[in-house]
Amino acid sequence: MLKQYETVFILNPVLSETQVKDAVDKFRAVLTNGGAELVNEEQWGLRKLAYPIQHKTTGFYILFEYLAPTNLINTLEVEFRRDETVMRFLTVALDKHGIEFNQRRKKGDFNKKDKEVKEEQA
Amino acid sequence: MTLQNEPIQRNENRKKYCRFKRHGIKYIDYKDANFLLKFVNEQGKLLPSRITGTSEKFQKKVATAVKRARHLALLPYVTDSLK
Repeated sequence: MLKQYETVFILNPVLSETQVKDAVDKFRAVLTNGGAELVNEEQWGLRKLAYPIQHKTTGFYILFEYLAPTNLINTLEVEFRRDETVMRFLTVALDKHGIEFNQRRKKGDFNKKDKEVKEEQA
Repeated sequence: MTLQNEPIQRNENRKKYCRFKRHGIKYIDYKDANFLLKFVNEQGKLLPSRITGTSEKFQKKVATAVKRARHLALLPYVTDSLK
């Protein structure tokens, strides 16, 4: 049964552009081979970390949102742990509110629910 | 010059409300750091619901979202001057 998941992971900033691309392709391949269907993919690029991880103050953030069979998550996370260029990763199962929220965000309502309220009030 | 018997801080005693119920927000996004900043004090610690007025159900969602954001280094665990 396919459930919707969302994974954010941080890559080491010292990687070159091509290495980053290879890493992303590698994880995307793990997903697609495992029978997952990629819904959305975002690269937030180099961002400042709130606290140093592995003595690095910046990191390359990548977001995957996908529909996957439940047993694929374990293999994906083993892959993350094995790859030392990945500094941190977080996989989250999305409930219906989460899915609906992401669709609105991707659609570019850019309201992110609360900002819209703020804009109305402002 | 405020009147003698008029309470000075008008907004101190306004009725606190749960912003999630009021605006119908159903999902709290852990990736949206600057929204979560509203629920964290200067040291980066979670504000109690008696201060923010959020209901218990959404306070738990905020707590998990903040902890996830901290894990992803979007929010600090502890800091001295967050805002």
